Amino acid sequence: MAIISIENLSKSYRVYQKQEGLLAAVRGLWHREYRDVHAVRDVSLSVEQGEFVAFLGPNGAGKTTTLKLLSGVIYPSGGSANVLGYVPWKRENEYRRRFALVMGQKNQLWWDLPAQESFRLHEQIYRIPPEIFRHNLDELADLLAVQKLLGRPVRELSLGERMKMELIAALLHSPEVLFLDEPTIGLDVVAQHNIQRFLKYYQERRKITILLTSHYMKDIAALCKRVVVINDGAIQFDGSLSGIVDQFSSTQILRLQLAEGVSAEGLDRFASVESVELPKVTLRCNRQDVTRMLASILKQYEVADIAVEDPPLEEVIARLYEDHSSGGKYEAKTGEPSK
Amino acid sequence: MMSLASLPTQFSCWWMVFRIALEERLAYRGDFALGTLMRFLPIITQIFLWSAVFESVNGRLAGYTLPDMIAYYLLSMLARAFSSMPGLASTVAKQIRDGEIKKFIIQPIDMIGFLLLGRVAHKIAYYTIATLPFALVFFLCRGYFSSGWPSADVLLAFLLSLVMAFLLGFFVDLCIGLIGFWFLEVSSLLFVYMLLNFFLSGHMFPLDLLGSWQFVVNFLPFKYLAYFPAAIFLGKIESSQLWIELGLEAVWLLGLICLARFLYARGLRRYSGYGG
Repeated sequence: MAIISIENLSKSYRVYQKQEGLLAAVRGLWHREYRDVHAVRDVSLSVEQGEFVAFLGPNGAGKTTTLKLLSGVIYPSGGSANVLGYVPWKRENEYRRRFALVMGQKNQLWWDLPAQESFRLHEQIYRIPPEIFRHNLDELADLLAVQKLLGRPVRELSLGERMKMELIAALLHSPEVLFLDEPTIGLDVVAQHNIQRFLKYYQERRKITILLTSHYMKDIAALCKRVVVINDGAIQFDGSLSGIVDQFSSTQILRLQLAEGVSAEGLDRFASVESVELPKVTLRCNRQDVTRMLASILKQYEVADIAVEDPPLEEVIARLYEDHSSGGKYEAKTGEPSK
Repeated sequence: MMSLASLPTQFSCWWMVFRIALEERLAYRGDFALGTLMRFLPIITQIFLWSAVFESVNGRLAGYTLPDMIAYYLLSMLARAFSSMPGLASTVAKQIRDGEIKKFIIQPIDMIGFLLLGRVAHKIAYYTIATLPFALVFFLCRGYFSSGWPSADVLLAFLLSLVMAFLLGFFVDLCIGLIGFWFLEVSSLLFVYMLLNFFLSGHMFPLDLLGSWQFVVNFLPFKYLAYFPAAIFLGKIESSQLWIELGLEAVWLLGLICLARFLYARGLRRYSGYGG
């Protein structure tokens, strides 16, 4: 049975439409115009126990809103969701003890106290038995290599260290479902890598279910077998990372290394030339033309080496975003209440 | 809902909240101690002020003599040490605005209980530092308390009124903070409240000075924040009225607790529907 099942979930807000200029602002005091913003539209999704799923999408696509709906922070305007057998927005304490939400830009720890103290508060709030608390804390602090920092006030920690502490705080009560909203935002490469490695290890060991949103393709490539692309509040793709390329990229890239003394002239007859740095030439052509194209090139040019590649994932996804945003103009909003 | 069996775990949770809030307070002990002590400075100016006022009115004002007035001032200051809630409303409003309030939706903990315990810790930290200077001030000014110590039951009523002043002050401020669910900015509202509170609680002068207006002010809860405890101690409240008044205060308190709960529940609903 699916551990998370979402059906036709929608969330729209009515936002006050501000007009430009002082006069309009004064008029706005009496007469307000509202506009509906569809942050999440008709999303259906099913996640099995132990899956590590990434939500991918541009800013304002509805990723965070979906996570907020699943953690019960906001009510949907339509549809249903079920996590671990609970309806999230009913906010039952039993449910709240079984999941965790970590937001990369939000701080849950007590700023002026050592993280250890916040953890002990969590021990009480989540009613973690003392021996399990000790065991989990030791394990997590070891894995993240922060044993020595537990006693230092949170405000003195670096961003990466703080994020590690946030993760510990969220995992102390052994949640079965974890929602991560951009956990590596603003971190340097090393810290990002550490957190990825930790998440991967922990998820595999504990077999927990994780939904992650991130802008870093590296995060997603390293962690998630399944990717859900959200744009304009709706699901555009659900499958493996490589599946995105298969489905959304109609072109492939040809990398040629020409033999010495061979000029690249005339190659543009076959395919569009991306770059020429003799002896290397990069071409791009439609997927279905690749074989035919290669044959003709090899016939007419002396080639030392040849490679056919898919375009980089970032590029495919960027194009995917663009295609959809130019299709219909919906503004989706996921930030704080905007009144 | 909380069952009886879960009471011990519930208690140890609240105890931890209290402990951590106390620790947090003490993290800035230097600044905190200085701030606490600075609050004693106005006493001197107040004594000068009232001396000058009483000189011009021939030593009596609405049943108060100069020593009465200074005794009143000191006692109302003590009451305010219980009822004033610096930063509470603005913190709550800020948490709503910044979305920090999410924490209380996601974690299995009640925000109002959490804030209340935090305040208790805050106050206890304050009293540990302020007790000595308070005692010293009262000792130095003992001459102004012309009628000496009140009887035991008046003293008990006085203590009760202080505890309720704390709770009343907490819930009034909390309600103002919770209005942040509807208005993003509550600072001007808070300013108006503080101004009103300054007059209507008896912080600036005893409410007896208001003459016929006192009748109106009597129907408001603000007098319990400063005037009422001082008036009890000074024997201004008839003993037959004393317990009725305390009962009325309890009713106000209950009403405000309900109001805060209502605002919180409604606010969360609005927050959840609106954006989060």
